[in-house]
Amino acid sequence: MSPVTIFGLCGAMVAGLGLYGLLVDPRPLRKLLSFNLLGSGSFVIFGVIARRGAGAGFGGDPIPQALLITAIVVSFAATALAVALILRLFEATGGVTLRPDGGTDAAAAAPDA
Amino acid sequence: MNGATAFAFGIAALVAAVAAFTVAARATFAATIGFTAYGLLLSLIWVGLAAVDVALAEAAIGGGLTGVLLLGTATRLQPIDAAAERPGPALRGLAAVLSAAVAAGLAAAVLSLPDPAPTLAPAAAEHLTATGVGNPVTAVLMAYRATDTLLEKVVLVLALAGVWSLARDDMWGARPGPRYRADPKGALAFLARLLPPVGIVVGVFILWVSADEPGGAFQGATIIAAMWQLSVMAGLADEPALGRGWLRLLLTIGPLTFLAVGLGGLWLGAAFLAYPPAFAKPLILVIEFAMLATVAATLALLMAGPPQRRSDP
Repeated sequence: MSPVTIFGLCGAMVAGLGLYGLLVDPRPLRKLLSFNLLGSGSFVIFGVIARRGAGAGFGGDPIPQALLITAIVVSFAATALAVALILRLFEATGGVTLRPDGGTDAAAAAPDA
Repeated sequence: MNGATAFAFGIAALVAAVAAFTVAARATFAATIGFTAYGLLLSLIWVGLAAVDVALAEAAIGGGLTGVLLLGTATRLQPIDAAAERPGPALRGLAAVLSAAVAAGLAAAVLSLPDPAPTLAPAAAEHLTATGVGNPVTAVLMAYRATDTLLEKVVLVLALAGVWSLARDDMWGARPGPRYRADPKGALAFLARLLPPVGIVVGVFILWVSADEPGGAFQGATIIAAMWQLSVMAGLADEPALGRGWLRLLLTIGPLTFLAVGLGGLWLGAAFLAYPPAFAKPLILVIEFAMLATVAATLALLMAGPPQRRSDP
């Protein structure tokens, strides 16, 4: 089993772990962390595909590598937006929950703006 | 099992273990630290996959910036961290089965990748000299798929607009984030005086060297954004008010330059974003330096959050 395949299997496992965390933990920030894990696991699999496309004197196929750089930057932007949403929900309601009725976290604070 | 395989197995096992810790940790703060460590270890996997530009991006943006952003958020949410009810064992079992099935499917896909692998490397190499750069990843980002990079920058600005739109109505155009204060004689202030000049030079260098060596505009911009964040957190600088004209100009100069070059290519040349062969390298450099300024400002402001205060409290 070559190192590249081992990295690919690692990426598959991290993606599975991320999916489990996304489904199971009720806290939105933990879901965000797990979602990032799911994303970066799939990036590793794409990186394995890039590595296997080595040729013409390059160590890997450069097109997937460039797409991966774009993907990492865009996923950071999405994470920053998600964090801003979570913090705004916390400021507005005093708790962070995805339950429609507000759950046990909703405090008496009324939403502003 | 030779050395390379053993090393790969070791790194892969470590990364999977840290990812498992991130998912399983009870305290969110510990999970966030695990996630930052995961990002940094993942860079080693990228180097092992011969993708050094991606390794730089992962270490800087995936590990560094995302980690700092999530650490700050975890700290602010710490009071309510424990007040959450986990789903019952039946639901958790079902989720585990589903996740295992997805992981198994991905692993099967990895193990059954076609051999010989399809690749675009020869096509990329064929026209590399015409683009004027030696690093094929830079050529892809700035020449072959320049439209993707243009749209990526627009996505960054859109995300920033989304973050700003979460401000309270009366705070539009105000300063983002809290006013940090640190001991002026302490270690943080010392580092914030020492590192930024070095960091700015390193960031610009990583951009400059990306023409022929691994590097890139995004990676360099992240380092510069991190230097700004360090200065702000040590209290040596304050975030600007978001309504300022020069800030808005800084945030849009990158996409506008890119768009101008693209439209110039449409008007004077063959197609949108077509570079005339003699001017390919200078045009790419102009776009990249404008990009550096915009992306550094955008990343720094994404970390700062929505505007929330008018002046020093």
